[in-house]
Amino acid sequence: MSIEDYSGVWVFIEVKDGEVVPVSLELLGAGKELSDKRGTELAGVLIGENVTHLADTLYEYGADTVYVYDDTIFKNYRTESYMKALLECCQKHKPEVILYGATSTGKDLASAVATDLPTGLTADSTILDIEEDTGLLLASRPAFGGNIMATILCKKYRPQMATVRPKVMRALTPEPGRTGQLIEETASIKEEDIRTKVLEIVQFTTQKVRIDEADIVVAGGKGLGSEKGFQVIHDLAETLGGAVGASRDVVEAGWVEHHHQVGQTGLTVTPKIYFAIGISGAIQHIVGMQNSGLIIAINNDPEAPIFQSSHYGIVGDAFEIVPLLIQQFKQAFNKEVVDHV
Amino acid sequence: MLHIVACIKQVPDTKIIKMNPKTNTMDRASAPAILNPYDAHAVEEAVRLKKRYGGTVSVLTMGPPPAVKAIKKCIEIGADEGYMISDRAFAGADTLATSYALTKAIEKISQIQPVDLIICGKMTIDGDTGQVGPGIARRLDMPPLTSVKKVKEINVEEGYAIVHRKLEDGYEVIQSTMPFLMSVEKEINDVPYSSMTNMLKAARYQPVIWAVADLEDVERTQLGLKGSPTIVSKVWAPTKPSGGEMLEGDAAEQTEKLLNLLLEKKELFAVKGGSDVEH
Repeated sequence: MSIEDYSGVWVFIEVKDGEVVPVSLELLGAGKELSDKRGTELAGVLIGENVTHLADTLYEYGADTVYVYDDTIFKNYRTESYMKALLECCQKHKPEVILYGATSTGKDLASAVATDLPTGLTADSTILDIEEDTGLLLASRPAFGGNIMATILCKKYRPQMATVRPKVMRALTPEPGRTGQLIEETASIKEEDIRTKVLEIVQFTTQKVRIDEADIVVAGGKGLGSEKGFQVIHDLAETLGGAVGASRDVVEAGWVEHHHQVGQTGLTVTPKIYFAIGISGAIQHIVGMQNSGLIIAINNDPEAPIFQSSHYGIVGDAFEIVPLLIQQFKQAFNKEVVDHV
Repeated sequence: MLHIVACIKQVPDTKIIKMNPKTNTMDRASAPAILNPYDAHAVEEAVRLKKRYGGTVSVLTMGPPPAVKAIKKCIEIGADEGYMISDRAFAGADTLATSYALTKAIEKISQIQPVDLIICGKMTIDGDTGQVGPGIARRLDMPPLTSVKKVKEINVEEGYAIVHRKLEDGYEVIQSTMPFLMSVEKEINDVPYSSMTNMLKAARYQPVIWAVADLEDVERTQLGLKGSPTIVSKVWAPTKPSGGEMLEGDAAEQTEKLLNLLLEKKELFAVKGGSDVEH
């Protein structure tokens, strides 16, 4: 088996609550650039129960082919069943590249598949490219806590695999009516071969706005001094209708839970407006928010690195600035509403 | 009685590390070597499970000789035994080669006492991958359970466990047969200050250290740089953004300027009602 026998770019399609998760569509967009460069096809690997109809969405977002494993055994994600399906699909069709979203499911699956194949796997990539003539995938990622960027290669093994952070790549504009080839597959795994069972799935209902989906994120850092001081972040977020974000220090101090954390070890966010308040701007934080539409920093230290990464900066005391902003915003916004009536 | 193995790593503290801007390499002298913070939670969880169900906690690391210090830290947390594999042949290992070497060490530990459960931290703060744990699980043919934030129950007699696995917007309750491997989130526990007894024990403690030659059935081609499918081809410093406009004036003037910016995007605020104050 030589590496020339492998061709095509695949994206593992993650399905949640009957829908394709956004990162999978983003990866079809990124994968399309790679497959165009190589002159090969872009395929989605769709695994789940009652998922076949989702292939139409995948074609619209760029997939030429969809391999589908549609069976009750795949109702919930489980490493052993999904891994088995994907391994068999790989062995049969031999892709050159497989991309996965760097989600809890994608990372779990990719790690297992890489070990069994075996092949190389690059984690949390943020930049992808491919050498046109050799098909060598250039997967780049922040390393050492975001202090450096590194390009990782896998020269001698195929497929080349990478997990890619959500919200970094861009999905294509869907092309209604675009079609492709559906290839229905069946996996050899049986229920009795699987050693885990999903007993229950519990979804947070109290979390009204997920920070990685919000248009506005108001994030606070340790500059706010205490959990009490951090309340201004909650207040501003509530006023603006945004989600609360936090730096690593704040989460480690226990002022808010981990799912609010933005940065290298937290979430990547790309809201339309990002407030960084009392956040010094360590590189670990910057990598998680730098692609936001409008970045506004408020910090009392004029030398804080966060100002380098912001579109607008205010040097000042957050406890003075933020309440004032809330007050002015409420006034102005009420007036705006009145103006429209 | 459970035998729990926690896999740990000594890492440079990447939160404070300085990079050499000319070579884009780490200035190791700028950052202390610490026990990977996620691994402290893995060891703490192992110790807690030992207290709940009885048993032994062994820790395992791969690293250069100074990494003994990280094992001592685990003894302080409450681990019983420490094992280290240390050999030049391991150098340059990526996640695949690392999981191979650690698997060989766990096979050797299993001969001393069979292993019921392996616990890893979510990821290391220098590699940031989280791929080694699942890799070990696959090699030992155990179910890998990643992102575990709670161990609800272990039924030692019937040989199964129930854990909570963290998802992006909630968690799932999973039952797995034993033995299995889990990698744990930070929120699974708080690591308390160590007891004086454990600290004294740690000060005197010397782990078992194995070289490649001490392990069995090792294919040397799967170790270190040679056994690593991935290589780092290029390293560069992230581009420094140049910064934007500062809003000057007193507080009222500053917020007024900011407000005008926000009002340019007022469509974002028009239909918003909810907020994320839950914590």
